Order: sequence, then C-alpha cells, then structure tokens
Amino acid sequence: MSTLTKQDTFSPLLEAATDNFNEQRTLGKESFLSQGLPAVKEEEYKFTQISRKLEKEISDFQSAKPIELTKELVDQSIYEGFEGNVLVFNNGHFIPELSDLPEGVEISSITKKEDLNLGSIAKPEKDTFAALNLASFQDGAFISVPKKTQITAPILLLSFFKANFGQVVQPRIWIESGDFAEVTFIEQSVLLGEEIVFANKVVEIKGGLNTKINYYRLQNEGKQFIEVSNIETDIHQDSQFSAVTISLSGNLVRNNLNLNILGSNSVGNMYGIYLLNGKTHVDNHTNVDHTVPHAESNELYKGILADHSRGVFNGKIFVRQDAQKTNAFQQNNNILLSEDAVINTKPQLEIWADDVKCSHGCTTGQLDEEALFYLQARGIDKMQAKGLLLYAFAGEVLEHIETESFQAYCTNLVQERLGSKF
Amino acid sequence: MLSIKNLHASIEGTPILRGINLEVKAGEVHAIMGPNGSGKSTLASVLAGREEYEVTEGEVTFKGKDLLDLAPEDRAREGVFLAFQYPVEIPGVSSTNFLRTAVNQVREYRGLEPLDAVKFLSLMKEKMKLVEIDQKLLSRALNEGFSGGEKKRNEIFQMAMLEPTLSILDETDSGLDIDALKIVSNGVNQLKSADNATIVVTHYQRLLDYIVPDYVHVLYKGRIVKSGTKELALELEEKGYDWIKEEIDSAATV
Repeated sequence: MSTLTKQDTFSPLLEAATDNFNEQRTLGKESFLSQGLPAVKEEEYKFTQISRKLEKEISDFQSAKPIELTKELVDQSIYEGFEGNVLVFNNGHFIPELSDLPEGVEISSITKKEDLNLGSIAKPEKDTFAALNLASFQDGAFISVPKKTQITAPILLLSFFKANFGQVVQPRIWIESGDFAEVTFIEQSVLLGEEIVFANKVVEIKGGLNTKINYYRLQNEGKQFIEVSNIETDIHQDSQFSAVTISLSGNLVRNNLNLNILGSNSVGNMYGIYLLNGKTHVDNHTNVDHTVPHAESNELYKGILADHSRGVFNGKIFVRQDAQKTNAFQQNNNILLSEDAVINTKPQLEIWADDVKCSHGCTTGQLDEEALFYLQARGIDKMQAKGLLLYAFAGEVLEHIETESFQAYCTNLVQERLGSKF
Repeated sequence: MLSIKNLHASIEGTPILRGINLEVKAGEVHAIMGPNGSGKSTLASVLAGREEYEVTEGEVTFKGKDLLDLAPEDRAREGVFLAFQYPVEIPGVSSTNFLRTAVNQVREYRGLEPLDAVKFLSLMKEKMKLVEIDQKLLSRALNEGFSGGEKKRNEIFQMAMLEPTLSILDETDSGLDIDALKIVSNGVNQLKSADNATIVVTHYQRLLDYIVPDYVHVLYKGRIVKSGTKELALELEEKGYDWIKEEIDSAATV
C-alpha cells in the first residue's frame, strides 16, 4: 500500500506501449499502481531511498530513445580479452545488426515473441520495480538455449545507455534453457554522455533439468547511473546456477537477485564484491528460496567502502518445511575505510525444515593495522601494503568467475582500484 | 651504526621508555634483557616504527640518518629488520608474492635491479636451507595456520632474504622448543657478519647460549640499569631479576 503521488510521474511510461504483451503489461501496471513507489519506511527499501533519488534526479519520465551506435564503438567497448558472442543493447533495445549471434541459440528481440509468460518468474507483486518494468519495458532479448546444447564461449550482454536529460531505460531479458544445457552470460554496461539515466532492468531465467548457467555482472557505469535490477531464476533438478556481481561504481544501485530452488540436487551460488567510493550507494538484496530437499546454496559478498559511500546487504534464506537436508551458507564481510562510509548488513534466515545445515555470518571492520605494520616493516610501501591487504580480503570472490578472460579483466580492475597492482 | 640517545617513548600518554642510551657498532651482538613490562618490546617496536608509540624525547640515528624521521618501510629499506614477537597471520596474501614484493622494493630503494622470478626463486631456495623451512609452507598464505615455531623460522627466513644491517629479534625464543631454538639461532649466527649487527631482546638467558652476545643490557622501568658481558646474563639466569629491581628501587628511594 502506498500513498505516494510520485507514481503518477510514471504515467507517461505506463501509457506508452501496446504490443504482444498487453495482458502482462496490464497486470504489471495494476501491480505497480497498487504498490506505488517504496515509501520512506518501506522495509525492503529502508536503507535505499530510491523514491527520493528518482524524484530529485529524474526530470523526464519517458523512455529514452535508441541512440546512434556504431560498430566501432561496440568493438571498442567490449572488455579487453573477451572471446565469445556479443549481444548489443541500445537504451534497452536489442540490436541484432550490431550483435554477433552464437550458433545454436535462438535469440530475438523480446517484443517480437508471442506467448511468452513474462512475469511468471520475476513476479510483479514481489517488487514494485519489477511491476513497473513489466508494465512498460521497451525491449530486450529472448534467449533460448536448446536441450543438450553446451555453449562454451560466453555470451556478452553489452548494453549502451544514454539519455538526453534524466530519462528511463527499461530492458527486459528472458533466458530459457533446455535440459542438459550449459551457458555463461556476462553483463557489461556503458553509459554514454553526461546525463543521468535511470535503468530499471528485469532478467528472468528459466532453467531446465541438469543445466548449468553462469550469470556474471560488472557494474562500473559511473556516478550518473541509477539502476534497479531484478534478476530471478528458477533452478530445477540437478542444476547449477551461479551469479557473480561486481560493483565498482554507480550513483545508486539496487540489485535484487532471487533464486528459486525448485529441484533436488541443485546448487545456487551468489557471489558479490562491491568496492565503493565517493557517494556511491550499492544495495544487494538476495533471496534464495529452498522449496525441495537435498539442495544447496552458497553466498559470499564482500565489500570495501571508502569516502561517503554506502553499502547495503540483505541476504534472505528461506527453507521451506519440505526442504529437508538443505545446505545453505551465507557470508557477508565488509571493510570500512572511512568514518563516513556506512554499511547496513542484514542476514535473514527463515527455516521451517528441521534437518538442515544453514550458516550465516557478517562482519564489519577496519583494515588490520597490525598486518599493515608487518608488511611495512618488511619494506613494502604503505599504500601498496594497504592494497595487498584489501585485495587479499576481497579477491577470493573473483575466484568464482569461471570465464578466464572476465576473471582477469575484473581482477585487474579491482587491483587497480585497490592500489594492489604491482 | 645505531646510536640511541635519551630515548623517551609513551603509549596513549603512559611513558614506557624513560631515557634509553645505547650504542651499537657493526659486527656486534647486543642482548636486551629485563623483567616483563620493562619496555623491551617497546624499544624494539619504536626502532621499527610502530605508530602507536609516541617518541617524546631523545634521538636515534642509524647509519648517520635520523631513524625516527623515517616511515617504517623506509627503515626496513635502510636495513632495519624486526623479527616480530607475534608474527601476523595474513590470509589471502601468499608468502612468496609478499616476499618478492618486499625484496624488490628494498632492492629498488638500494638502487639494485629487481629480481626476476627465476633469480628470486633461486635466492629463496638458498635461504630456505638456513632455517630448514619447507617449500610447502611458503606456498601457503603468509603465516596462516603456521605453528609457533614455523612462524619464528619464517621471520628468520625473511631476515635472510632482506639482508638487513641491523636485526632486532623481539623474543624470538619465546615458545620455541629446544630443536626449533637451535635451528633459529643457527640461522641468525650464519647471517652474522662484520658489517651487520644484532639486537636480541629476550626474557630468558637460554637463547644466549646459542646466540652469544658481546654485550648484555638490563632494562628496567624504561631505562638500561645495568650493562655487562654475557656473564651478566648467566648471573640473571641464576639469581633472577629481583636483585636488580631491589638495587634500583632502593637507590631511587634514597
């Protein structure tokens, strides 16, 4: 329930589209209007005052139009060392002409598909921004990996954003995989121009049996990028899903990552690292829902916060009564480098089964001065010693990236940021 | 090489060192002994540049330079080495990478070429023998999960790698069994030369059976109250510290 009037400002968006998804869009709109924008005290957005931010920064609640995009710019923007296929998105619109489509995978613009049950995984009633996206998403991609198909090279989802002045981009991606399929996605985004953009993204991932899906994200768009994303996946029997989220810059970033474990003998992994400075605000809200017995989830998020930055971690583990023999592990560790940096961390475990192994822990501290002195006493420069210690703290998250080129690229970025590169 | 004059230092406003005077020349081994709380470890820490301690008076020159003016890393690069009483465990930092970074930063400061991977490894192999340290240990994170003895051996190994001119061993013997003590002492003795000096900080005389000092100083209440040769250490071993305490305390009340 909300009394916020600000949702009215979204009405230009809500009126906009008519296409194959009118029915779902209506559902999304109704859901958005009944939920409204998060109120100041809304529990799920308590530490992330997104409504106030949007009110202040977004002046034009219209969808940003596609911009001029060249093959050259696309090529320049792909991270160094990448080998694989690239899907290009222009202010949310999928651009097949600039993309390099992988063989054996069905890919198309999402608005061209029919009979797609959008909102069935990322349900609009669970999050108001998921509802807003369903009501008014512009475009995005439909990606289907057929049964028994192993896509060995990663697929890069390369998104370009640019607004004329404070506009909204709402991409939506639907990924489905047949049984025994394997695929890795890497999200990279580029913000062009100086204007602030609000991106409201939804990714729905529907796995098959015995599938393996990796979903990696690099968030490094700079201080003019406001983003809310809802990434949700259904994990079926004998499958593995791994997400790694690396957040290095942004204005205000809210990541909702939801794993629904629907089949036994499956594994859901959520790893994240956030290195924040300036006034960057990054909020990772994760939720893993164990509904069946004999499944596992692992979660490790590490943060280093400097300056006036703020981090939020909220990790919910839900173990239903039927989900006996669940193994669920969660860990969130933070280092605060300045007195003005803030972290709000909240593990949230709800366990209804009685034969499970669940653990969680969160720590927040400063850099270990004794360790720093030890390194200095061996002749290592103070700044480098700090970098070495910070990388030692956070670097382990990157080990969970299986794509070598992406791991190397991110390691490099992280080390550069931490001053631990020699 | 090292000249300490009227050194006063305090921690959080509490004075610990109250006027230390000490001259150390190249080729010498000095032992600093004293009861618990006398300021032995503080002296070692102040020389290495630990920030918690505030030097309130006095001066320290090392090879003609004002040591107190240098950052801890520059002291190390100038040739001061502190073997820690409690070596720090640093998960995530590999022993080898750490040491290579340290060695090359020290070399750079001294105007030497950095060692490449091959040269570094062969230097490591050579120095490892000194303290009989296992390669497996060095492939792990720095000091992580090392036993007490392994940590102390690793300190001496690092000392061998960095080739300091002044080594300060802060209670390196504490917690060592006799075999480990022999190995560590043997390493220290082999590194001794006419060009470097060693300060051995210890509570017990036992270590001095193996690392034979030229001078023994007794620290009490932040001052050196007695200096002598190795016989002084034996006397302390036999009689304990009480007689010195009494001597000093009664002198003070007169």
